[in-house]
Amino acid sequence: MPSLMSRLSSAILCAGFALLIALAPSPSGAVLPDEMLADPAMEARARVISKDIRCLVCQNQSIDDSDADLARDLRILIRERLNEGDTNDQVQDYLVARYGEYVLLNPPMRAGTLLLWGAPAILVLLGSIAVFFWFRGLGRKTAAAGPTLSAEEEARLSSLISPRNGKDQS
Amino acid sequence: MIAEIGHFAMTLALGLALFQAILPMAGAARGEPRWMKLAEPAAIGQLACLLVAFVALTNAYVTSDFSVRNVVENSHSLKPLLYKVSGVWGNHEGSLLLWVTVLALFGALVAVFGRKLPPGLKARTLSVQAMIAVGFLLFTLLTSNPFERMIPAPLEGRDLNPLLQDPGLAFHPPMLYIGYVGLSVVFSFAVAALIEGKVDAAWARWVRPWTLLAWSFLTAGIALGSWWAYYELGWGGFWYWDPVENASFMPWLLATALLHSAIVVEKRDTLKTWTILLAIMAFSLSLIGTFLVRSGVLTSVHAFASDPDRGIFILLLLAISIGGSLALYAWRAPTLTAGGLFRPISREGALVLNNLLLAAAAGTVFLGTLYPLFLEVVTGDKISVGPPYFNATFVPIMIPLLIALGVGPLMPWKRGDLPQALRILTAAFVGAVAVTAVTAVAILGELGYALIGFAVAAWLVGAAATELWRRAKPTSRVSAGDAFGRLFKLSRASWGMTAAHVGVAIVVAGATGTTLLTAELITKTRPGETVTLGGYAFTLEDVTEARGPNYGAQRGTFTVREEGTVGGGQVLTAERRVYVASGQETTEAGIGSSMMRDLYAVIGDSDGSGGYTIRLYVKPLAPWLWIGSALMVLGGLLSLSDRRLRIGAPVRSGTASATSAPAPAE
Amino acid sequence: MKRILFLLPLGLFIIVAGYFAWQLLYGRDPRIIPSALIGNPVPETELPPLKDDKPGFGRADFGSPDAEKAPVLVNVFASWCGPCRAEHPFVTALAKQESIEVYGLNAKDNRQAALDWLRDLGDPYAKIGFDPQGKAVLDWGVYGYPETYLVNGRGEIVFKHVGPLYPDLIERELLPRIRALKGEG
Repeated sequence: MPSLMSRLSSAILCAGFALLIALAPSPSGAVLPDEMLADPAMEARARVISKDIRCLVCQNQSIDDSDADLARDLRILIRERLNEGDTNDQVQDYLVARYGEYVLLNPPMRAGTLLLWGAPAILVLLGSIAVFFWFRGLGRKTAAAGPTLSAEEEARLSSLISPRNGKDQS
Repeated sequence: MIAEIGHFAMTLALGLALFQAILPMAGAARGEPRWMKLAEPAAIGQLACLLVAFVALTNAYVTSDFSVRNVVENSHSLKPLLYKVSGVWGNHEGSLLLWVTVLALFGALVAVFGRKLPPGLKARTLSVQAMIAVGFLLFTLLTSNPFERMIPAPLEGRDLNPLLQDPGLAFHPPMLYIGYVGLSVVFSFAVAALIEGKVDAAWARWVRPWTLLAWSFLTAGIALGSWWAYYELGWGGFWYWDPVENASFMPWLLATALLHSAIVVEKRDTLKTWTILLAIMAFSLSLIGTFLVRSGVLTSVHAFASDPDRGIFILLLLAISIGGSLALYAWRAPTLTAGGLFRPISREGALVLNNLLLAAAAGTVFLGTLYPLFLEVVTGDKISVGPPYFNATFVPIMIPLLIALGVGPLMPWKRGDLPQALRILTAAFVGAVAVTAVTAVAILGELGYALIGFAVAAWLVGAAATELWRRAKPTSRVSAGDAFGRLFKLSRASWGMTAAHVGVAIVVAGATGTTLLTAELITKTRPGETVTLGGYAFTLEDVTEARGPNYGAQRGTFTVREEGTVGGGQVLTAERRVYVASGQETTEAGIGSSMMRDLYAVIGDSDGSGGYTIRLYVKPLAPWLWIGSALMVLGGLLSLSDRRLRIGAPVRSGTASATSAPAPAE
Repeated sequence: MKRILFLLPLGLFIIVAGYFAWQLLYGRDPRIIPSALIGNPVPETELPPLKDDKPGFGRADFGSPDAEKAPVLVNVFASWCGPCRAEHPFVTALAKQESIEVYGLNAKDNRQAALDWLRDLGDPYAKIGFDPQGKAVLDWGVYGYPETYLVNGRGEIVFKHVGPLYPDLIERELLPRIRALKGEG
């Protein structure tokens, strides 16, 4: 039950986690009006940063989406740092220094994640190479078989190519 | 007593499955028709037993029999009847029972509807199907018995998680399971074919309806889950790239690829080993998804109790079923010989491209989902791979796929001959479009992406309409009037393909609008006050206390009018519920849909002095996500209804259809 | 060559299954996030005292590479946190028996509630910092309550546990580290 489970991770996982540790009493709702910055440009920057920061206690939400208390504290922290003149990257680094790379929903490109980021290109490339050789193999087979078609094969071939073949041409 | 009957019926089903796994397979190997024949009654008997077990558990839920542990843990006497029933599969044990019941259902369907299958293939398929059933029945009975008693019985249950008490989610799991488990039939067909060493056009024709069926339900299941997340979680997103969402999405991607590659097998008698591999992998990814949900290997999956013993049991099942089938594949697939030929630029060529891109997409989602796990094992680093990664990698793979999706159906089979001049022009055209796209993004930013999204959607609709029209008016001799009449006589499969492709286009447009063009406002408001957003004036009329059967709620009523108008308007009710038994809170967004947009309102905390935090969105084209998904499902089912008629008659594609009017699209 | 290609899916699956098995059998609880601060000096944050008669603590209360001090345990607690109550006897016992100083970090709490809590359950802490806004705990990288940090003589965090302490864990993870630190010093 995929998405069901996943969304539960927000609420239930927290509940299950609470058996192990306690989470601070939580006011509900993600970003709240009283935490927002007066300057819309600054607030927009804060939103952009917090959308890429993982809420640690809910595990699969960004702090922008989460109503957990910790997420709220981190959102406020981000806004404080911005007010103090930090760049977006500096704010991110500040969080990473305290909570580790784990808080970044967008994994940074480095040696350990090269395979991850390269994967789509590698997969498409390998696939294209495979398809290319497969087609070439097909072509060679035709070339090899070309001059020595049996009568039966000739007939079948022509029936396949023939424009009268309504099914294939439709 | 009834619970014991259920337990006994499950045990009996296990016995029948064992019998069905061994005897027909041996019969097929030794050429004993009577042994092979036994698969059918066994499959039907297995389904009957599991239905008894399922009804027994449902009965325990409906009557709130709190002497059954599973009912105590997941139900409550005050719960509405619908959620008592859906509670049956809202937990690990019960959902496993549903899983094996659906598995048996498909086995029985093959037994009943596969009357014209070659007896050997049918016996082997049913036998493989039964092997899967044996594994999962053992798992259920040994580690997750839903009928376990609780003595003494408590007076009240602990209630089903409130988030699951929702009509969208009540039907999401069964849909998804029919999809997941439906792929088991395709898997069984593939394994049976490998054992027989024979894959041909007829085989592809047997397999396609089952793939279509599974695909349609998988699509519906994923869409329902997404819809639920959209209105229940209260921040308006519809897809989160959560590991467990991905677990359902990967089989869907491969099933989609399989749907298309099976056409090439059927038409051209080639691409067989690839198609077999897809058939095995689509179901394997469903199994891996099940494993991820229930083993606690990944972080998102804690809603089902994660018990390491269960994890190891499922992993063993995976190793045997997936490992076994892939070993068989490595052994037997090289002996399959390819038949027909086609040129790279042709309908088949387009289908190969479709497969390449879908498989690459599935591989990317797989790697993204499991990469944190791999990296942690190798280096000890703990990282997150979240939506930004998937958006950055998945979308670029989808764009060429969607563009090709427009062209593919217009290409002739076997060999397309674009004249030289046209080919050069095509290259120029593609270049111009690409430059425009890049410029749009550079100048307009997010809006540029939106532009690309809508352009792709419009392209798909235009291409699908052209394709349909050309099918109705194949030559200039057919008059437009006749062609219009012919449009309605086109085969259902033809309409099915068009519907599904247009559905994709509509989903793309909906996703583009919802993701990139949403307007948002988070603010504090008192009842009676009005705020404006995206050309709409939202008035919070009042906030009242409401009471449901097993919850209390704070209900905010909004009236929304277009800015500058007075009177009328749309009424939205947003709720925050607190469930009695668990004390858990849920939000119910108030959503007002129209053709072109959703108005979306969430009510939050009171500030103690009469004000409330509210969250408002205007989401352009959001309803298109669900309309498009519905159209895709409809397309699948339409195509299926056509196919069913043809199942009995696997004719060689070359010799058929001089009489049949336009050939079915696929 | 062609045969090897057909073995590829099986090979990939075996690798993936191997990872799954490893994770199931030896893997950490996926919910536990290792602290980014391990090996790093304690945060600079100054914490005001909770009690009138007991100091708070800050960077200067821990050792530094130039001026080593005794190792310290830092225990994050709050009166609203149930598991904190459960672990409190073990924290108390540790402070007494292992002669290691334990600093309390009271977070997101009401001062009176925290004082009452300590009066009822006993106060084993050498120093108690008070962080009602929950700002300092962010510097410490706290994400659940309780949490316990072991800081060595040079003022570096060497170990962190999220969740309540319990005898088996103290025996297995904490004591050997404390004794090793003391042996060094």
